[in-house]
Amino acid sequence: MKNETRANLIKQGAIWAFILVELAFFSIAGEFLSVTETAFMDFDNMLLLLKQSAPIGIIALGMTIIMINGNIDLSVGATFALAAIVLLDSMTWPFMQTLGNWAIPLAWLFALATGVVLGAISGLIVWKTGVDAFIVTLGSMLGYRGLVFMYNGEQPTSHLNWTLVDFAEAQFLGLHTATWFLLGAAILLWLLMTRTVHGRNAYAIGNNRDAAVNAGIRVGPHFLWNFMLIGFLAALSAVVFYSESGSVNPNDGMLYELWAITAVVLGGTKLSGGYGSIISTLGGVIAIQLLRKGLGHIGADTETVNLVIGLILIAVLFLDRQLNRKGKEELRT
Amino acid sequence: MAELTRKGLQGFLARQGILVAFAVFMIAFAVANPRFIDIDNVFGVIRSSAILGVMALGVTFVVIGGNLDLSVGSMMSFSTIVVLDLHDKIGPTLAIPSMFAMTLALGAFIGILVGYLKLNSLIVTLGMLSAIHGLTLTYSGGKNMDIADKSGTWFSVFGQGSVAGLPMPILIFAGLAIVLSIILSRTPFGRKVYAVGGNGVAATFSGIPRARVVFMTYLMSSFCVATAGLIQASRSLGSQNTVGQGMELEVLAAVILGGASLLGGSGTIFKTVIGVLILGFIQNGLLLLGLAFYAQYIVTWIIIILAVWLDIAAKRGGLWSRIA
Repeated sequence: MKNETRANLIKQGAIWAFILVELAFFSIAGEFLSVTETAFMDFDNMLLLLKQSAPIGIIALGMTIIMINGNIDLSVGATFALAAIVLLDSMTWPFMQTLGNWAIPLAWLFALATGVVLGAISGLIVWKTGVDAFIVTLGSMLGYRGLVFMYNGEQPTSHLNWTLVDFAEAQFLGLHTATWFLLGAAILLWLLMTRTVHGRNAYAIGNNRDAAVNAGIRVGPHFLWNFMLIGFLAALSAVVFYSESGSVNPNDGMLYELWAITAVVLGGTKLSGGYGSIISTLGGVIAIQLLRKGLGHIGADTETVNLVIGLILIAVLFLDRQLNRKGKEELRT
Repeated sequence: MAELTRKGLQGFLARQGILVAFAVFMIAFAVANPRFIDIDNVFGVIRSSAILGVMALGVTFVVIGGNLDLSVGSMMSFSTIVVLDLHDKIGPTLAIPSMFAMTLALGAFIGILVGYLKLNSLIVTLGMLSAIHGLTLTYSGGKNMDIADKSGTWFSVFGQGSVAGLPMPILIFAGLAIVLSIILSRTPFGRKVYAVGGNGVAATFSGIPRARVVFMTYLMSSFCVATAGLIQASRSLGSQNTVGQGMELEVLAAVILGGASLLGGSGTIFKTVIGVLILGFIQNGLLLLGLAFYAQYIVTWIIIILAVWLDIAAKRGGLWSRIA
C-alpha cells in the first residue's frame, strides 16, 4: 500500500519535475545559444506562455475527463472551428447589431451552445448506438468540418469587435484573460472530478464499465454529459481565442484533437480509462508550450518541436510502462 | 420458412452490407447523372483514390492485428519529400530504393515499439505522427520540394504513365491489393495476423510469436506508405511538406467502412478496397450532382457511423445499445 502511494506520488509529480527540468535547461542553454538578450525565465515571457497554452489547454482539460471515462473525442478541433464561426458571424446578424455591447454575451452564448449541441450529438450517438467513441468522433470530425465549410465556403469569417478585443487582451492581477479562463476551468473541473459523485462515477466507469453498470451507475447519460462538457470546453476555447483574433479560417483547429490528447497523455492519464488527473493535464499542457517556446528561444527550428514532442510522448509511454511493470506478471511473448 | 428467409437476409446484409450499400450508391448516382458511370469518370475516381487506397491496404493489416496506425499521413509526406529530394541528388534509380529503406526503417521503429515493447499503438503512432512531421520539416528545411527537370525524367511513370490504357496508379493499387489479399487469406502469416488481433493471449499460448507478427504488420504498412509516397511524388513531381496531413484519419475511415473492427481480428483486403472506392465514388458522385465539396464530409460522417452501427446491431441482435 505504501509503495503504491509512493508510485502514485512519483507519477503525479513527474510532469512538474519535467517542467522544472525544461525551465532549467532552457534557461541555461539560453544563456549560451539565445540570440536575444532577454532571459527565458523572464516574467512577461512566462505570462505569455500561460496565455498561449489556453486554447489547447482548455480542450485538453475536457479530454482528460473523456479519457478517464475510457472514451476519446477526435471532433474537438472541428467543434472549435464551428463555435468560432458562430461567435464571429452572430455578431454581424441584424438584430444583434441593434443590441450594442449586449451582443457580446449573446454571441458567446450562441457559440457555447453550439459546442454543447455538437458534443451532445456525439455523446448521444455513443450512448444509443454503442459504437466505439473513437469511430463516432472520427466521423463527427469529418461531419462537423463539413458544417464549418458549409457556413462560409473556403472564405475566412471575420468580425472585429474592439470591446471584445480589449476584454481578451486585458490583464487582471497580471494574468491575461485567456489564462484566467484556463485556470478557472481547471479548478472547476478539478473540483468536479475529485469532489462530486459525477467525478467518482467517471473513474468507476473508466476502470470497469460492467462493474459500474452493476453498481447502478447510468453509464449512457454519464457519457452524454461528458461529451456535452467537452463540446462546451472546445467552444469556450474558441470563444477565448477568437475574441482576440477576430478572424477564423475554415481549417482552423485541425489536429487540435491530437495536440490535446498528447497533452493529456503527457499528464499521465491512461487511454484505457479509470486513471488521470486534471491538474496533471494542466502540467502536460504547460510542458508542451514550454518546449515550443524553449526550442524557439535557443534558436532551434520551430519544426523540430514536433519531432521532440513526438519522441517525448513515446518515451513517457515507455517509462510509464516500466514503472507499472513491477508486481504485474506479464505474459512472456 | 418466412422466418428463415428473413434471418438469411439479415445475415446476408450483416456480412455483405457494405457491398449492398456500394451497389445502391452506384445505381443511385448513375441514375441521377449518367456521366457518373462513364468509363473515363470511373477511371478518374479510382486513380485519385489509389494513393489513399494503397495506404489503406497496409493499415488493414495493422488494424486486423489489433492495433492502430495514425502515422501513415505524415509518413507519406516524408517518403514523398525524400524521394523528390534524392531524385535530383542521386538519380531516380537509387532514390527509390533509398526512400523505401528509410520509410521501412520508420515502420520498423514503430513495429519495435508496439510489437516488442508492447506500447499502446494509438499513442505511439500519435507520437510518430508528430515526430515524422518534424523530421520531414527538418529534412526539407520547411521548403517545398521540386524536381528540377520535370519533363526529362522517367520518374513520372508511376503517377502519370499507363499500360494498355490503364493508368499506372490503378495498376499498382490493384496489383498490391491482389498480392496482399493472397498474403492475408492464403498464407500462415495472414492467419497469424487474424489470430493475434482476435485474441492475443490465446495466440501467444498457441505458440504464435505475437511481437513478430505485429512488427511485420507495421513493416507492411510502411511499405504501402512508401509506395503511396512514390505515386504521389511521381504524379506531381513536386510537393509540400504537408501533402499527407490528415490522411491517416481518412485511411482509417476507409478501413472501418470496409468492416474491419478496431478491436482487431476481422476485416479483409477486398472489403477495404470497397471502403476506399465508396469514399472515392461518393465524393465524385456528390460533386457530379452539383453539391459543394464539403457535402462529402457530411455524407461520409453519416455513412461511417451507419455502417459500424448496423454491423454492431447485427451482432448483438438489436438496434439500440444496451448501455443503461
